[in-house]
Amino acid sequence: MDTATTAISVSGLVKTFGRTRALDGLDLSVGRGEVHGFLGPNGAGKSTAIRVLLGLLRADAGTARLLGHDPWDDAVSLHRRLAYVPGDVELWPGLTGGEAIDLLARLRGGIDPARRDELIERFDLDPTKKGRAYSKGNRQKVAIVAALASDAELLLLDEPTAGLDPLMEVVFQDVVLQARAAGKTVLLSSHILAQVEKLCDRVSIIRLGRIVQSGTLSDLRHLTRTTIEAETARPVEGLGELPGVHGLRTEGGRVHFAVDGEHLDAAVRHLSGAGVRSLTSHPPTLEELMLRHYGDELAALNGAGGTAR
Amino acid sequence: MSTGTEAGGARPPVEDTPQAGTSAPASAGADGGALAGTGTLLRFMLRRDRVRVPVWVAALLLAHVSTLSELTGLYGGAEARASLAKTMASPAGLAMTGPRHYLDGGYEAGAMLSHQVLGFYGVLVALMSVLIVVRHTRTEEETGRAELLRSAVVGRHAALTAALTVAVIADVLLAALLGLTLGGSGADGTTWQGALLYGAVFGGLGVFFAAVAAVTAQISEHARGGSGMAIGVIGLAFVLRAAGDVGDGTLSWASPIGWAQRSYPFAGDRWWPLLLMFGAASAAAAGAYVLSGRRDVGAGLRRPRPGRRTASAALVRPLGFALRLQRGMLAGFCCGALLLGAMYGSLLGDVEEMLEGVDVVKEALAEAGGTGFVESFASTVMIVLAVLAAVFVVIASLRPRAEESAGRAEPLLSTGLSRVRWMWSHLAVALLGGTLTLLLAGLGFGLTGAASTGDRGLVLSLTAAALAYAPALWVTAGVTALIYGWVPRAAAAAWSVPVYAFLAGYLGQILRLPGWMNDLSPFGHVPRLPSEDMDWTPVLLLSATAAVLLAVGLAGFRRRDLETK
Repeated sequence: MDTATTAISVSGLVKTFGRTRALDGLDLSVGRGEVHGFLGPNGAGKSTAIRVLLGLLRADAGTARLLGHDPWDDAVSLHRRLAYVPGDVELWPGLTGGEAIDLLARLRGGIDPARRDELIERFDLDPTKKGRAYSKGNRQKVAIVAALASDAELLLLDEPTAGLDPLMEVVFQDVVLQARAAGKTVLLSSHILAQVEKLCDRVSIIRLGRIVQSGTLSDLRHLTRTTIEAETARPVEGLGELPGVHGLRTEGGRVHFAVDGEHLDAAVRHLSGAGVRSLTSHPPTLEELMLRHYGDELAALNGAGGTAR
Repeated sequence: MSTGTEAGGARPPVEDTPQAGTSAPASAGADGGALAGTGTLLRFMLRRDRVRVPVWVAALLLAHVSTLSELTGLYGGAEARASLAKTMASPAGLAMTGPRHYLDGGYEAGAMLSHQVLGFYGVLVALMSVLIVVRHTRTEEETGRAELLRSAVVGRHAALTAALTVAVIADVLLAALLGLTLGGSGADGTTWQGALLYGAVFGGLGVFFAAVAAVTAQISEHARGGSGMAIGVIGLAFVLRAAGDVGDGTLSWASPIGWAQRSYPFAGDRWWPLLLMFGAASAAAAGAYVLSGRRDVGAGLRRPRPGRRTASAALVRPLGFALRLQRGMLAGFCCGALLLGAMYGSLLGDVEEMLEGVDVVKEALAEAGGTGFVESFASTVMIVLAVLAAVFVVIASLRPRAEESAGRAEPLLSTGLSRVRWMWSHLAVALLGGTLTLLLAGLGFGLTGAASTGDRGLVLSLTAAALAYAPALWVTAGVTALIYGWVPRAAAAAWSVPVYAFLAGYLGQILRLPGWMNDLSPFGHVPRLPSEDMDWTPVLLLSATAAVLLAVGLAGFRRRDLETK
């Protein structure tokens, strides 16, 4: 693996806790300078993977390289080059937020005071309050400011905006885009799909400790179905027989269907034979991408709840 | 705090409160608003406290019964009583117990009980009442649960009233049970009137401090602040009465504990100090209602002071950080050790007379030391002082465990701070802080010991005797580090070291346990200065053992997973 272009490379990572296999052969590759979305619901293994990358947990099998080094053996030297924001920040009750920010950033190797003050202002954080007085969102802000105020080349963000309000979410996205512009690499674990769509160059979807899909958003979209709604001059014949067409409905002169990415071209050609008057197409949303991998689980959950669709 | 009780107890008001609003709207309105829902809340609080309060009451009751029977057994003879009264008449004796008046007139078991434990156990009943009130008022507000309840048909003063009522119920129950038990005990010098008075002033102390807690719970936004302030008032009350009883008694009248003691149960029985107590309690409670009416739910009267915007240079160093987290604890232990040492030291002058009355201790001490009474007494006290320092060592060495399970180690260990430096910084506080605690205990012991006996050499010899225990403290830290490094879940097992050291080393002498039991404890290998001679071999061996245990513990922590939430 080329360490000049790859920031994180993981292959076949396994981590078990008792009988639970939290990571089950995880493969992940994140290029330098890219914002990589790490998607999956709670319990899929996102936090475990990040903690292995931080050298807080020791993998049972597989290899992981972070900036060309082993995250367990070289933990301390790696930590000087990265910054981490956990999803559930705990602060010291007797220390102020400002003290915690300084502590975390200085132990990481240094702080840019001007940058810190700017971030504190942008996130509207009162750094003079004691840790026990902060709300969940404010504790999160403390960790975000500490991470971004130090000059780290790699940011590991584990659901960093849990508890932040929508205004602060916008500030956060802006700050992450700034970090990307400065050439930093970001691994952003999230289940806020809008955030991932806005920020990420590439995404990896994790399920039961394994990556089930990885690529750019447009790659992934290509792999899934586009929804098409069209009004035609003449009734469309034989559309249902085309490969890759699903859920065809016809209402008067309107057709409504979904088509697999690879068969989109053929379906549109077929439509144009019937004289297209209007055409709208929706690329698959990230939600639909997720549902493709998690749909069966969702159906099982709904079935168990007695509300089968 | 048991979550099971919380969850189970949380149900009634959710069911009952709407009823108060729907099925009985008239009564809710007639309550005058501010007190609406008090009855429901009271039942709910009693339910949540259905284990806690009975345990407190039973423990305090048992403590009285066992102390009374002990006093009756130990001081059956008039000679022993006279000797004890003489010892108690020293300033140190009066500071620890109560006013001199009790010593006149025979000093029988009843008077002894009032004199010696009314103050000490009074602190405990005050603590019980404070914790009850704060737990049901400020803790509920701080966690946000009060908001949920207040949005139902619950008046502004309902929670405060119900919480005070719970505390008063507990105090009155305790007063009644104490009166009946002490009155029926038939011990020397006890009377029914004295017993009822004892119960009443004891319960009265609880009621007064419940009212104090009702005030402090309004002042701070945080439960810890609220109970901390009230506990500070308890401490002040105790110090005032101690100073007053040693002096001319004026200061004692500024303290509710002083009022309780000066009602002289079993030694003259006067009832009127009770009026002072209830008057003051009513005034404090009224103040609490006024304050409560002036503030928002969840807010305090005292704005939290803003702290530093940035970290000091010391804080961002690992050792400075560990010290910052533990400084309050360390300061407390240092003061406590100095005071405890000083207290024992002030007794040294009286020690021979005191030991006349306690045959068991006398024999045990003579057997252990064989030298003078003062030396053997000092050697025994050293064990107590060393165990106190060991308690600090265990708390400080377990700090990494507390940090790790609270999720606060994770962000630090993902910075440039290595695991070994992080854990070592906390262990350094444990090792150095424990040694400092020991040093101060020995110094306090030596200073007042020298003053009370006139032997200046004691300052140095007693301080050195205390410091001889330092390697045993380091082994204690090593054991804690070892368990934490390899089996973090079992880390609390480290408490067995000081507990065992106390049982085997201190009580073992009195109970005459076989010597090998004491050898199992690191404290059992320390030369018992000043009654024995210094022996460097065990001291060096203990130090080496400590070093090995610490190194193995650190190695274990380096290679294991961090526990995460």
